[in-house]
Amino acid sequence: MPPRASDTIFAVASGPPPAAIAVMRVSGSAAFTLAETLAGPLPAPRRASLRTLRGGDGTLLDRALVLVFPGPNSASGEDLVELHLHGGRAVVAAVSAALAAGGGRLAEPGEFTRRALTNGRIDLAQAEGLGDLLMAETESARRAALGVAEGAVSRRVGDWGVRLLEASALIEAALDFADEDDVGALPPGLPASLAALAEEMRTVLAAPPVERLRDGVRVVLAGPPNAGKSTLLNALAEREAAIVSPIAGTTRDRIEVPVVRDGIAYLLIDTAGLAETTDDPIEAIGIARARAAAAEADILLWLDDSPPPIGAMWLYPRADERPPVSDGRLALSARTGAGVNHLWSALADRARALLPRADQLALNARQRQHVDHAAEAVRAASAETDLLIAAEQCRLARRALDAVTGATGTEAMLDALFGRFCIGK
Amino acid sequence: MHFDVIVIGGGHAGTEAAAAAARRGASVALVSFDASKIGAMSCNPAIGGLGKGHLVREVDAFDGLIARATDAAGIHYRMLNRSKGTAVQGPRVQADRKRYAAAIQAMLAAQSGLTIVEGEADALVLDHGRLRGVTLADGRALQACAVVLATGTFLGGRIFRGEERGEGGRIGERAATRLGVQLRALDLPMSRLKTGTPPRLDGRTIDWAQLAEQRSDEEPWTMSPATPGRTLPQLFCAVTRTNPRTHAIIRDGLDRSPLFTGAIDAAGPRYCPSIEDKIHRFGDRDGHQIFLEPEGLDDPLIYPNGISTSLPVDVQAAMIASIEGLERAVIAQPGYAVEYDHIDPRALAPTLELRALPGLFCAGQINGTTGYEEAAAQGLVAGLNAAAHALDLAPAELDRASSYLGVMIDDLVLHGVTEPYRMLTARAEFRLSLRADNAETRLGPIAEALGCLSDARRARYARRQADRSALRAELEAPVSAAALQARGADVALDAGRQSAWTWLRFPGVTIEQVAPGLAARAPAEVVAELIEDARYAPYLERQAAEVATLRREESLRLPATLDYAAIPGLSAEMIEKLSKAAPATLAAAGRIRGITPAALSAILLHAKKRAA
Repeated sequence: MPPRASDTIFAVASGPPPAAIAVMRVSGSAAFTLAETLAGPLPAPRRASLRTLRGGDGTLLDRALVLVFPGPNSASGEDLVELHLHGGRAVVAAVSAALAAGGGRLAEPGEFTRRALTNGRIDLAQAEGLGDLLMAETESARRAALGVAEGAVSRRVGDWGVRLLEASALIEAALDFADEDDVGALPPGLPASLAALAEEMRTVLAAPPVERLRDGVRVVLAGPPNAGKSTLLNALAEREAAIVSPIAGTTRDRIEVPVVRDGIAYLLIDTAGLAETTDDPIEAIGIARARAAAAEADILLWLDDSPPPIGAMWLYPRADERPPVSDGRLALSARTGAGVNHLWSALADRARALLPRADQLALNARQRQHVDHAAEAVRAASAETDLLIAAEQCRLARRALDAVTGATGTEAMLDALFGRFCIGK
Repeated sequence: MHFDVIVIGGGHAGTEAAAAAARRGASVALVSFDASKIGAMSCNPAIGGLGKGHLVREVDAFDGLIARATDAAGIHYRMLNRSKGTAVQGPRVQADRKRYAAAIQAMLAAQSGLTIVEGEADALVLDHGRLRGVTLADGRALQACAVVLATGTFLGGRIFRGEERGEGGRIGERAATRLGVQLRALDLPMSRLKTGTPPRLDGRTIDWAQLAEQRSDEEPWTMSPATPGRTLPQLFCAVTRTNPRTHAIIRDGLDRSPLFTGAIDAAGPRYCPSIEDKIHRFGDRDGHQIFLEPEGLDDPLIYPNGISTSLPVDVQAAMIASIEGLERAVIAQPGYAVEYDHIDPRALAPTLELRALPGLFCAGQINGTTGYEEAAAQGLVAGLNAAAHALDLAPAELDRASSYLGVMIDDLVLHGVTEPYRMLTARAEFRLSLRADNAETRLGPIAEALGCLSDARRARYARRQADRSALRAELEAPVSAAALQARGADVALDAGRQSAWTWLRFPGVTIEQVAPGLAARAPAEVVAELIEDARYAPYLERQAAEVATLRREESLRLPATLDYAAIPGLSAEMIEKLSKAAPATLAAAGRIRGITPAALSAILLHAKKRAA
């Protein structure tokens, strides 16, 4: 049966059991009656109170803290109950079974947030922030996501929207009320203030994208076959992520390993060696992928003796087996570990410049696309002498900004967004 | 007496509705208190303006009355916004009041299938909830299965002037209050609005010599492109201003204005405030413009546009005497405010039919709008659809991308009104393509499909369409930059060869330069329309993609009986808004303010499940 939005849903909102406690959320029009069948009379709204939970046949399930949040002022916008259970698997399973027996349904991924969005409790940008928050693996990613979830992007976009509306109103007044003497010519400062607005949007667009916080800074290891890329990758990952052999061309496809180090998320990418020619068709495909990976690298580690592409970090691997060099290459040995810490701190220095600062507004790819459209339209409006076109550009910009917070939006985008949520949030 | 359609009201909405229904072949009764007042202009003697002129041209594209009557009575033509793009140019015409009404009455008399019934519509005849017709106050009964209510401010109308009160919509006429009582009993959502009018002046007592004149446009354009030319002598308007003395007089009288004593609490239009509102809200202004508009060729009355008021008569007299040029002006009829009932237009389908009572259509001020043009436009749509209801023809449904007609109806039925609704070009998101000068191109095919065009108009469209296609094809001819330079165009040589059409979007490049002699061979209005199309082509193409999306989303229809309260996850506010408007499509639901994309998906899911 497809999920019904009328169902009363439940799910564990905290991490998977076992844990010290497990927070079971129940949301929907029957949340209170459903909770009452387990816990008896419910406490006053927003007051934590201890209750004994019993199944339909009267068996004791658990003693739990019960919290009641009447809609619409709850996280989901519906009547919502939290049961703070003891976090054992058996307890959670028993309470889940009792809730299901009482008519509740286990929530689909993202269903709580979807209801919050439907009920206007959060806007689209906030929902995306929540999604990122749940996926955040590093402290900086968590802070950025929290900022978005609490409305930092929505606030900024809202501010732009208000300023754009003011400019639009002035232009529209000049267009629609030209024959009224109370409506004078456009203020001379309007083009400049529109240009400043576009510039402000560009500044935010120039900040590093939020995805790097979540997906990690892309570090690509590149060099000729058998240069020791996979060995270095394993040393950085501190595990055998890539197969290492003395046979050149062992790594035929790219390998991606996420690593968190000093609070920064990296995605280490090992590639097939960049041999100029190969007869092996599979190796050829791997090499093509390697070139693609190198092109999308945030940081390129160059393990060849020939000089690196501009911007790459030039490494001198197997330094323990070879004579020292003094051409600026970072000498290291994956086998002895020499130079690896040095490489990490060099990576961290580069990565910090590639990541949004804590005080910086970071946009995701979807938001960047709309803000980019808005910035271009506002810039065009600022330079336009035909008021009719200036008004049209402002309208396009308003539409683009609306799309950031989901004043408009498409079903596909919503589906993509909600598919990422873990159950219970 | 049996008819297909009964129209109640002989104003701009009613006359247009009656004529439109008759053009589609319905037998129509037009019921009016006083047949001699049919087609009366009760407010200012002007038709058109920004946004409004667009509506007039669109009604005309369906062979409506308003533009042709305006030309028959036009004594002063002015194209507003002439310096800006055609899309925001608004044709505006001062019309001779008597000649305008006479023209409307003559067109109605000439319309086959249309009968004027003089009398007071007393009540709707309902049989087990189905509409059967109308009874008149004198006991006569008219039968029809479709009725158009176009009663203007006559429903529960109440007149205010200083301490005076009166019943009625227009001064000197009775208000249709019994019908109002019946409509209230139908339990329709209703509320009140107000509007006002300025004192009328005797033009022979105005000192014209000291005032700035505003002459009629030299260019010989007409309100209806089908009108061969202007026939009446052109008068001039004049402009004067209020001054600090005027403002002091008004301020001293504010405590006697019903707007400020609390007697009127209905909302008036923000864009057409009374003079007391202007003084109160914009106290820092030292003067407000007044256009002195002639009411007719052989009529000395002057309409001072800009000083609508409900102040007591003595204050109005002192106010007028304080104004330059009006020192000795005699007030022929003092200004007043009217408060009236209107139906919440969210109770209407996009055909302007009341969802609660099939067959009953509403048009004009009764739907909370203001202005002759807005009324006429709704009259047209209601009339076309009343005929469709009676004769089982295709309904006339126009979307936002097609016309200002579509924009207005979509706004009304989705958002309702909080002040009298007036058309503005800013309301139309597809403004660039919805121009007053291309109404025939946009709407001709729709009008033709609905079967509401005369033979003469159909022949005109065929000719025009042929001219347009031929001209458009000729503009595909390639022209080199060198040739353009030789003809005096300021273009760079490296721009190469482009079609004449493409060249026209370059600033300063003229039709004569890209296609010498072409403009002389083709009708001027078609040439002008194509030049404007070419100039804005890149933007129009971009909008075309937006229009395609809109039309695709409009194809997801929602049942009018959808119970929004049964859709889980919708907030109480959303349920209220959606239930009131009962949007016809999912896209329409999305245009209602406060409806989130997630709410839309919940609605879609529910509707699909219901259909399954």
